[in-house]
Amino acid sequence: MKRTNGEKIFGVFNGLFMIFMIVITLYPFVHILLASVSESSQLMAHRGVLLKPLGFNLNAYQLVFKNPNIYTGFKTTLIVLVGGTVINIVLTSIGAFLLSRRDWKFSGFLMIMVMITMYISGGMIPRYLLIYETLGMKDSLWALMLPTAVSTWNLIVMRTNFQQIPQGLEEAAKIDGANDLVVLFAVVLPLSKAIIAVMVLFYGVAHWNSWFDAMLFIRDRAKFPVQLIMREILISNSTDSMQSYGDSYNGVAESIKYATIIITTVPILIVYPFIQKYFVKGVMVGAIKG
Amino acid sequence: MKTVQGKPKNILQSTLDAIKVSWIKHKWLYIMSIPFIAYYVIFHYMPMYGATIAFKDYDVVLGVSGSPWVGFKHFKDFFHDFYFTRVIRNTLLISIYNLLWSFPAPIIFALLMNELRSERFKKTVQTITYLPHFISLIVICGMLTDFLAQDGLISVLLSKFGFEPTYYLSYPQYFRTIYIASGIWQGIGWNSIIYLSALSGIDQQLYEAARIDGASKLRQVWHVTLPGIIPTIMTLLILQMGKVMSVGYEKIILLYNGNTYETADVLSSYIYRLGLSGTSMRYSYTTAIGLFSSLINIILLVTANKISKAVSESSLW
Repeated sequence: MKRTNGEKIFGVFNGLFMIFMIVITLYPFVHILLASVSESSQLMAHRGVLLKPLGFNLNAYQLVFKNPNIYTGFKTTLIVLVGGTVINIVLTSIGAFLLSRRDWKFSGFLMIMVMITMYISGGMIPRYLLIYETLGMKDSLWALMLPTAVSTWNLIVMRTNFQQIPQGLEEAAKIDGANDLVVLFAVVLPLSKAIIAVMVLFYGVAHWNSWFDAMLFIRDRAKFPVQLIMREILISNSTDSMQSYGDSYNGVAESIKYATIIITTVPILIVYPFIQKYFVKGVMVGAIKG
Repeated sequence: MKTVQGKPKNILQSTLDAIKVSWIKHKWLYIMSIPFIAYYVIFHYMPMYGATIAFKDYDVVLGVSGSPWVGFKHFKDFFHDFYFTRVIRNTLLISIYNLLWSFPAPIIFALLMNELRSERFKKTVQTITYLPHFISLIVICGMLTDFLAQDGLISVLLSKFGFEPTYYLSYPQYFRTIYIASGIWQGIGWNSIIYLSALSGIDQQLYEAARIDGASKLRQVWHVTLPGIIPTIMTLLILQMGKVMSVGYEKIILLYNGNTYETADVLSSYIYRLGLSGTSMRYSYTTAIGLFSSLINIILLVTANKISKAVSESSLW
């Protein structure tokens, strides 16, 4: 098959455009990384693009790790991340299993109950009042784990995956005397490792990045997750978080911001390559088709 | 079988029997559904009941059910609110710009990626452009705040094109551009996944046939590729229409400030500010605003679905 000249020229420009997309996606992170390890005096004088670090200095990282708020922040975030994701996976798997039952009429009722919540919600304020006033979850880390226990979108994706498991396998287990609980844990889940990996990524990243619920429900600074601490450092320029740096703070404020970004983003960058291959395979396709 | 000869069972009895049979057969499914139903009832349906405070004067001590009814008072108040036009206009404008720019961007991006001949290069582009989707909003807004400062990266780059370097986030005229452009940067890769999978589902023989008929590359895109992804585009467009009134508050409240409320303050950020931040705590009033915007969203969703059903035969239900 011969390509016309026009197609060849288009191919070249298309390739260049894709390289441009790669550069504008990655460069901001590269810039932050380079700035975080630069000498702060040189960085202050510099304007514009960085292609290599200006000098080399890890002071900012040392200062970030001296900040006690960062430690308590990471502690809270890790508790919520692990606990929350376990709850997410257990409840979403159970829900998806229930919704994928073909020979159980009640499943249709559950599906309607779930679908309604995709279009109608009580809104931000009633949700807040329920969790804060009625359930009294103020300053409790449960407030960061239970209200987000199931994401309806993830639930539907998982259900579609469960539906694709050959029926014969489940029937065989049932003939051997297995009940539905055994079918879920011994047949369905072992065959769904890929989708569980994706769900762990989705839920885990959501917990890692979440800050709004913590801002609403957690008033005790010692229980702030790391994103809230970071918000103070990066956006509000709050003196609360900054004062703990003392005199050494002056002059390295910028570098501290950059180092904070790198420290909280690196964990995501590390997990990302391992799990992205699963969703490239088209895990999401089922959701819309289903 | 309990049926007495010839006589039909009464309805209650047969229902009970059916439940009994179903319980014996699916005992574990019913047991498993308890925590699942509990979650949806507590965290999704209870707030819906809680939304009735839009028609009451909510009092923390009296609770949702005990607070006195006031009818449509809060809705009327909102229509006469000094900021009513401002938040409605800002919400609509951001939504319209989203539809004009952020919605087509991943479609075009997916079409262009589809033309890449090297599978490996395509995978690389995909993997890298998905990345911003996983980065925390705090980090993204922190980077924006830094890059858009007077001596920040973006300001300096823009000054090369003749723009005066300044702190862009403190000027209302730039807010929407910043919001939309950064949104495209965050989502273009991730949102293109769904279109790429629709594209990979197009029958290759259609291209073969078009080529034999002498269709140029551009004509193939127009007559084969686009019709192939139209159902996906329509589905997502309908869903988007159902979100017109709910521009997300998280990014707005991280980026806006007193100087930029004029263009940045949307319904959800207004609800947040009046209801949850500071001391005003106008719970009933802000719940009414929320209810009003959900109502418009549902009307738009249903209308868009109807139109789409009539015009393109693709619809959500």
